[in-house]
Formats: sequence, structure tokens, C-alpha cells
Amino acid sequence: MDQNVWEIFFNAAIVNNFVLSMFLGICPFLGVSGKIDTAFRMGLAVIFVMLVSSMCAYGINVLLLRFHAEYLRLICYIAVIASAVQLVEMFIKKFSPALFRALGIFLPLITTNCAILAVALFQTMREYSFVQAVVFSFGGGVGFTLALIIMSGLREQLNLADVPSVVKGAALTLMLAGILSLAFMGFAGIGG
Amino acid sequence: MAQGNPATTMDEFVKGLWRENPVFVMLLGMCPTLAVSSTVKYALAMGACATFVLVMSSVVVSLIRKIVPKEVRIATFIVVIATFVTIVDYVMQYISLPLYQALGAFIPLIVVNCIILGRAEAYASRNNVWKSFVDALGMGLGFTFALLCLGGVREILANGTLLNIRLFGDSFEKWGVMGLPAGGFFTLGAWLLFFNWLRERRARKLKEAE
Repeated sequence: MDQNVWEIFFNAAIVNNFVLSMFLGICPFLGVSGKIDTAFRMGLAVIFVMLVSSMCAYGINVLLLRFHAEYLRLICYIAVIASAVQLVEMFIKKFSPALFRALGIFLPLITTNCAILAVALFQTMREYSFVQAVVFSFGGGVGFTLALIIMSGLREQLNLADVPSVVKGAALTLMLAGILSLAFMGFAGIGG
Repeated sequence: MAQGNPATTMDEFVKGLWRENPVFVMLLGMCPTLAVSSTVKYALAMGACATFVLVMSSVVVSLIRKIVPKEVRIATFIVVIATFVTIVDYVMQYISLPLYQALGAFIPLIVVNCIILGRAEAYASRNNVWKSFVDALGMGLGFTFALLCLGGVREILANGTLLNIRLFGDSFEKWGVMGLPAGGFFTLGAWLLFFNWLRERRARKLKEAE
């Protein structure tokens, strides 16, 4: 695996966007994408957790390979992610109580954000080096944030529109996501 | 093990399958629902894996619910779930390698499926083993049912087949976009629309009856 870092970054952020083409992290995508402001901060929190957990996962993988205990990989990864989320939670609570309240239940739920575990799993599967892994996780986080922000922008506009009551809520959001995903397909082939 | 009376047991079971369907009504576990529902075969495999993990972890969580301190319960649940997912991961590899590769990262990702942790926290940690078992089975089958609904529609539209059996003649024009990620979003959106419509209609009927 000797892809250069730009390729990896671009691939993870745009071409194979985590949310829109790999269906990872749909729950927060549907849940927190009401307002641009919250969406942006949620994105930042996710990027941070992704970076931390990806670095830890890399170290753990090296350790597990040495002891031939690959079957423990999943359990270890999830434990690392849970602790990273705990860390971010304490950090945000201390520095920005307002943000802490705005994110609410979605902050601890980052633990069960599949995108985070997926980053750790993909980097192991593709045998990325440490630098590649960090770039990959950063790209994934940026892609997630991008999708979240675009979606929340669209939804803020939609709040003003008059839609039939049947369509309101998740159904409409999913249709929007489908159209967005079509748009992102236009990037296919760029990153190779 | 206290046996619930049959009527309520049946009720618990049907609840997961239809009235509180995890995907269509509670909007949980969307990621695997969208990602592995491009054909019926994948949908079925994913549904089976998730149901197994859901049932086993619910039973174990329910068994240990009185021993686990409240503060560390989520972490404990996650470890229990991760254990069963690791088992499924290895078993799938043994049964069918092509299927395992097709499902890819989504088998280990069952760990973070919100349905499983949700049921462990909301139901299994408060109810006895038998009830948790029935609840988990209902929810698991409800999840599988939702996957099949999506997988069926997408496979028919994208390939003109159902379980690899061709349904239409040669003139069938494949609707390729349905097999792509966008198609997943559209199909799930359409199903949610359908369920919303059903709910609204029932509400209207109830009103008219009054």
C-alpha cells in the first residue's frame, strides 16, 4: 500500500464519502443535521474522536499482532473509542458548557457512530502505515462534517417550505440524502 | 425462569416485528440497513447475523443484569456484544468467504448497531431472560424484515432479479441507480413515506369513528 497521502485524504473525504457513499454514521447524520451551527461542532467532535481513536487503534493493532491475539481486535477498538469519547466529553464540558448542552445525547452516542469504528477497521484491513492512517481518519472526519453541514443547510431552508404532512421528517431527509449522494457520485473516478 | 402468559409473549414478539419496527418506526440501525440491502441475499445474511447477536447478547445481558453496577453497564454491554460479534465474524468466514467479503466491514460493525445496544439498555437490563429473549427475537426479525423490504425492492429494480431468479423478459431495462448508494436512500425514504401514510390513514379512520 503506497498510495500518497493526498490521494487517501481526497478519497476518504469526497470520493468515498463516509456518509453518502458508504452509509456510515447515518444516525447522527439524520439526528444532528437540523442546524448548521450544531452540525459544524458535532463534525469537529467527530473529527477529533476519529483522530484519537485511529492513532490508538494503530498502536493496539501492532501490539495485538505481536501477541497473535487478533481475535481481541474488535473488543479493544471499541473500548478505545469509548474512552476517547469520554475524554472529548469531559473536554467539551469543561471548555464549552453551551456546546455540551447543544450536542446533548449525541455526544455519548459518538461511541456508537459506525464511522469511527469503521475508520479503525478500514485502516487495519488496508494495512495503512501510521501517517496514512492518520490522514485517512482526518479525511473521513472532514467528509463526515462536510456531509453534515450540507445537509443541515438544506434542512434549514426546508423548514421554510410548505410540505405535505406525510413527507415530513425522516422520509424527506432520506430523499434529500439520496439526491446528495447522487451529486457526490459525480466525483467518482477522480481519486482512483 | 418465569414464563409470561402466552398472550403478552405474543404481543412482545409482534411489537418488534411491526408496531415498533426498529427500522421503519424507531429509525434505528440505519447504516447497515442502507449498506447491505442491495440484494436479498445480503439482506438475509445481515439480518441473520444481527438477529443472532441481538438474541444472544440480550439473553446474557438479562442474565447478568443484577450483578453489573449501574455505572459500568454500557461498557459491559458493549463488551458482551463485541464478543458475540467476534464469534459471528469468524463463523461467517468459515461458512462462506464470498459472502463474508461482500458484507465486508459491516459484520464487525454490528457492534455499533444502535438496535442491539438500545434493546440491551432499554429492555434486557430490566426484564427477565424469557421476556428479553422474545423481545430480542421480535426486534431481530423486524430488522430482517426491513432489510428484506429494502433488498427486495432494490434487487428487483436494479437487476430485474429476486434471489438471482430473473423476473422479467429481455426487454427489462435495468435501473442501475437503485443498486448504488443513492438508491438505498431513495428506497428507504419511499418505505418511510409508505409507513407514514399508513399511520396517517389509521389516525384519520380513528377520528372518523369517534
